[in-house]
Amino acid sequence: MQFDPFVIPFNIGLNFILLYTVIRCVVWFRGLSRADKLRMQRGFFGTPFAQSLREIFLESLLHRKILKTNFRLGYMHMSLAFGWFLLIFFGTIEADVFGTRHLNAPYRAIFFRFFNPEHGRMGFESVYGFLMDLILAFVLSGLFLAIIKRFYSRIVGMKKTTRLKPSDKVALTALWLIFPSRLLAESFTCGAYGTGSFLTGTLGSWLASFLPAQQLAYPFWWLYSLSLGTFFILLPVTRYMHIPTELFLIFMRNSGIKTGDKTGSYSEVEVFSCSSCGICIDTCQLNTSAGITNIQSAYLMKAIRNNSNVAEIAHNCLMCGRCDQVCPVGIELSPIRMIQRRAGENDIAYKNTYKDYFRTRQITASEKPDISPVYNFLPEVNPDKADVLYFAGCMTHLTPSIKNSMVRILEASGLNYKFIDEDGGACCGRPLMLAGQDREARELINYNSQLIWKSGAQTLVTSCPICYKVFRESYYLDVEVLHHSQFIKNLIDEDIVKLNFLRKRVVYHTPCDLGRGSGVYNEPKEVLTHISRLEKSKFEDDKSLCCGGSLANMKIGSQKRSLIARDAAAELTRTSPDILATACPLCKKTFSSATTTRVADIAELVAEALIVSSVKRSTNKKIFSAKELAAIS
Amino acid sequence: MEKFGFFISKGRQINYDSNDRSIAEYIYEREPSFRRCIECGGCSATCTTGSMTKFSLRELHILIKRGENDKVMESLKKCMLCGKCILVCPRGVNTRNIVVLAKQAFQKSAAYAI
Ligand code: SF4
Ligand code: SF4
Ligand code: SF4
Ligand code: SF4
Repeated sequence: MQFDPFVIPFNIGLNFILLYTVIRCVVWFRGLSRADKLRMQRGFFGTPFAQSLREIFLESLLHRKILKTNFRLGYMHMSLAFGWFLLIFFGTIEADVFGTRHLNAPYRAIFFRFFNPEHGRMGFESVYGFLMDLILAFVLSGLFLAIIKRFYSRIVGMKKTTRLKPSDKVALTALWLIFPSRLLAESFTCGAYGTGSFLTGTLGSWLASFLPAQQLAYPFWWLYSLSLGTFFILLPVTRYMHIPTELFLIFMRNSGIKTGDKTGSYSEVEVFSCSSCGICIDTCQLNTSAGITNIQSAYLMKAIRNNSNVAEIAHNCLMCGRCDQVCPVGIELSPIRMIQRRAGENDIAYKNTYKDYFRTRQITASEKPDISPVYNFLPEVNPDKADVLYFAGCMTHLTPSIKNSMVRILEASGLNYKFIDEDGGACCGRPLMLAGQDREARELINYNSQLIWKSGAQTLVTSCPICYKVFRESYYLDVEVLHHSQFIKNLIDEDIVKLNFLRKRVVYHTPCDLGRGSGVYNEPKEVLTHISRLEKSKFEDDKSLCCGGSLANMKIGSQKRSLIARDAAAELTRTSPDILATACPLCKKTFSSATTTRVADIAELVAEALIVSSVKRSTNKKIFSAKELAAIS
Repeated sequence: MEKFGFFISKGRQINYDSNDRSIAEYIYEREPSFRRCIECGGCSATCTTGSMTKFSLRELHILIKRGENDKVMESLKKCMLCGKCILVCPRGVNTRNIVVLAKQAFQKSAAYAI
């Protein structure tokens, strides 16, 4: 027997999805910028290719990252993906080795048992049959977990599971049917012929003992083929498109392509690569503390895929970057959110499943650019020359203790510094950027840049991680930008300031924009180790929590913010330290009202520990650079 | 006319019937904390823009609520969204969202089309 009509649905589905994926990838490739196209071509023939294969094996098949975060969830994903892969892989070999011909059409491997019912009676054949049964059992165990997860997500260790749209539900049903129908089809066939291994054989002979196995097998082979076909046909318009897309994404990423700041092929591929695993939902503090459960990255990705209006979702986020950190697919979630914020409100282009197959790039409102300056009231300033500039930032002005501490430290350092926004200056521009108003932000950036440039300084110190991030990323400055924790660390290293030891137990909270946002993790901790007994918390470095005060979220009110702050502060002060230290004025302010533990900025603690020598005080008006001063002392 | 150092101010009656409160309604609906504002002026006192210009968020709140929208749009643009006002507001008003929503309302509203 070589062919049977029941394989037709499967054949149609398989050919369709292969063709569709190729076309889609070509379209995506053509949508790349010239430079990115070159990157990809180069990546395809170089080491990135090997890297990609490795990554595909580890992440797309084994799901190593999910396994690390949540074993049960990881097992579920792994058994379905890796199990299915093994089933296809060993099935193809089985058909090739034991079949009547070599190099078979895919259907002959998938439906091997139907075409070779007598196979697997003894010897090596039965060992191989045992292996195939084992793999099938492995896949079924994952499927079992998946079904449970849909109804009781907690069993898989997840608090929330993603919600589905109708086409997703049909595809999901088809997916769920695939393996049970394979099991039953194989079992009935095995039962009728008395073959099969521990799973199909046992189940088959038991079923055959009271059912007409010969007659029942055929409908189940049809069901198996139909569910495969349906799943493949629906794949492009459901979240399962992530399966082929993720492979393409891995190649793109390893070739060095980045998300950028506009919707493009890469961001689209990222959006389609989201598997709706839901890990980001469980990580998001807006969910765990504030009970907001419709804005997390999984939902943002889904909303973009469905072409709905995402403005509300895009803006209701702290931009803490915690989900970027945990996403097992490695999607650059924050940049994608920023793209949506910049795009503003977009009209819903279409709501039509048929059209989803031929997606066009998301249409964003093309607003007429208003180029009249908005902040022309900003005064012209001619600052004095200085070596070091101190920019406190708006938030620091509301926490005067940080500002004053920094002034004390700067005075003690004896450096020639200037406090540029002592009497209040312009905002750094990041809050506007976060609101998606880049053009306005640019105006402030230009204004501040001029100010910094005119002062002729080499170093710019800021107390606020929000300012720090924008100074580093969006200003074109010729100066070294330092957060005050880095600056203080330099002062300590070069022995410019002397500090006492404070004999206090301190837990350090990494601010989002300083840590995940700018990659500054160690300097603050080194400073703290120098002056106090620094203790570890459960939320070190890139796992740190958000204080809830983030300016990035325009939508949530003060109550939700304090819920987040209270939970985060409670977690951090679990070991009842004397001080909860942070390196951000906004974190300090938010935490202060959320805990009874003393909350202090690093600058305050350092100022407290400062040993002020009279010699250095008298030199503080002279112009010494840090290096010269180090040479003198 | 001679300048006598004083002048006669124009009538200041507020006619709610002829004023356009649609902007205020738009904001109320999306940011209920707008209702909580007691016009204390804390936001204006700390405001970054306010320290350089006559811009006052409190004044804008009052004008929008009264429906005297004529000058509001131009003023709104001056806000830098820096967020100082949120931190000082004693009533937990989500001030930045109000600024953003007001801008949105003006852009959407045909009456104020630019
Ligand atoms: S964005 Fe990442 S973490 Fe979130 S559901 Fe998608 S794949 Fe999972
Ligand atoms: S960036 Fe933070 S607040 Fe925003 S969705 Fe991710 S985890 Fe939630
Ligand atoms: S500080 Fe708050 S309550 Fe006071 S005027 Fe401003 S918004 Fe209103
Ligand atoms: S956000 Fe706007 S209104 Fe509030 S303090 Fe800053 S500049 Fe002033």
